[in-house]
Amino acid sequence: MNIVVCIKQVPETSDIGWDSKTGSLIREGVEGILNPNDKNALEAALQIRQQHGGVITALSMGPRQAEDALREALSMGVDKAILLNDRIFAGSDTLSTSYALSLAIKKISRFDLILCGKESWDAMTAHVGPQVSELLNLPQLTYATEITIHNNSVTIKQKLEDGFRILTSSLPALITVEKEINQPQIPSMESIMNAYRNKEVQVWTNEGLGADKTHFGLKGSPTQSRKVYIKKVHKGKVIILEGKPDEIARNLVQILKQKGLV
Amino acid sequence: MSIGNIQESSGLWVFVEQSDGTLARVSLELLGKGRDLAEKLGVDVTAILIGHNVSEIAEELIFYGADRVIIADDPIVQDYRTETHTEIIAEQALKEKPDILLIGATCIGRDLAPRLSARLNTGCTADCTELDIDKEMRLIVATKPFFGRDLMADIICPFHRPQMVTVRPGVMELKDQDRKRHGELIYIDVKLKEEDIKVKVLETMRAASDGISLGEADKVVAAGMGVGNQDGFEMVKELAKLLGAQVGATSLPVDEGWVSEDKKIGQTGKTIRPKLYIGCGVSGAIQHSAGMINSELIIGINTNPKADIFNFADYGIIGNINEIIPALIKELKYSANKSLRPACKRLKPN
Repeated sequence: MNIVVCIKQVPETSDIGWDSKTGSLIREGVEGILNPNDKNALEAALQIRQQHGGVITALSMGPRQAEDALREALSMGVDKAILLNDRIFAGSDTLSTSYALSLAIKKISRFDLILCGKESWDAMTAHVGPQVSELLNLPQLTYATEITIHNNSVTIKQKLEDGFRILTSSLPALITVEKEINQPQIPSMESIMNAYRNKEVQVWTNEGLGADKTHFGLKGSPTQSRKVYIKKVHKGKVIILEGKPDEIARNLVQILKQKGLV
Repeated sequence: MSIGNIQESSGLWVFVEQSDGTLARVSLELLGKGRDLAEKLGVDVTAILIGHNVSEIAEELIFYGADRVIIADDPIVQDYRTETHTEIIAEQALKEKPDILLIGATCIGRDLAPRLSARLNTGCTADCTELDIDKEMRLIVATKPFFGRDLMADIICPFHRPQMVTVRPGVMELKDQDRKRHGELIYIDVKLKEEDIKVKVLETMRAASDGISLGEADKVVAAGMGVGNQDGFEMVKELAKLLGAQVGATSLPVDEGWVSEDKKIGQTGKTIRPKLYIGCGVSGAIQHSAGMINSELIIGINTNPKADIFNFADYGIIGNINEIIPALIKELKYSANKSLRPACKRLKPN
């Protein structure tokens, strides 16, 4: 069972700047962490490998510093790590990113399963999983809280707003996982050191992917930020109710009565 | 696959989500919003409805703002599946070339929209909080928050069609239906074969509903970090019960496990617009306020006079909820008793 896990490095803080000309967020120089939900995808892959064997490849696209997220994946126990890094990828929206990831997965060629976190905590679009599935023409199974593999098929428990569904599909397939699917292991200091000292993160540029360059970056992305700004919510003037707690309570209940709310 | 010529694209489409013949409220909200946007562009609103035995609900969509309803009615699409729904919508979109496609950002909508955007090679903006039309450029301008904070971006999709947008439930107002509206019902053939579809639905389990959902409640009492602990939360629940309100929460009480995730209000939870909202120990940070700012009457209780909630509340109480809530509970009980007591003539002292 060969598995590819798509992961993303996200800014550690939400206190982030942006380029006022392009509307792109400035990720360089901001401390990055492995997207929390992606750890669940990695953990799910490790558990499947334990049962069924195979090779796990962690794949990410981003600036050079995203290598740290891949080192973390290596320290958790994945076998291989690949970073897609090229200047022309910068500023790509979700569809352009999914395009690059899907080409890389085609190049990896031998896979039975692709796992992704449900969403990244910075942009929260939940786009990349379904878009990669489409570009690779794979069945997509989203929001998994359980994954079972038998023979050449996979069954998941899919979490929806008002309940669950049990879905099954042939392999290969792409699955996005919910955070409650598992409790990701915390790598030991030793395995972290090992991931930095003895493991390799392969860096792939666009050259090897054979991609259509016009699909990438700000110009190649269908969606564009026109404006990024801070929005403070101010509705009007608040009326502060003053006095002792019981006076305030009487006053408020009176107001609610007048408005027909009690 | 791509729709190609932008000039040829016209009309606004809304994907209508339904489950066993029950329409998803967000789809009706989007028909209302879509109607406003379409009028700015001078184009029609088309609803696309997929399911089995769904003809009865098709007309409802006209009352909520659709000019046309495209209906794919077939046993094969009884359950939502990514493959079937993507195939049907993509085929129809390539034929008719819509300019805009709106999808509710439910679990199903968030599964469908990105898949469809990749199939049609177009852009999709997720979880928008505002939609408008740039009349000059004839583009939809979609506003979305970033990083779960007050950072907003206006996103456009200038060179690809349809311009796709998803909106979370409750973000747009549900408009009243107009039962005098007329429209066109268009049935399309479903050519899919079960043996070609890779994903099978083995079972569907719906959680038992506890009555009114938070998103549709008239009154909501929400607990924030200021409630301090489970006991504080229980007090908020009692207040809600006396008011006949639903209980909601910011992220922290959910993360602490005082209340289940479906009670979370805000950017990563529900969007509500009740007649009355009372925030108890809620600071009013954007992560939460984005989900409740459209409430009609907002009351904030917080110890910190500089808390954000006082920037948008109608009434504010600066105080500790451990003192204020018990006083409110007492007052509500007292006034309830008072109204039950039979009126009796008061004896006048001579």
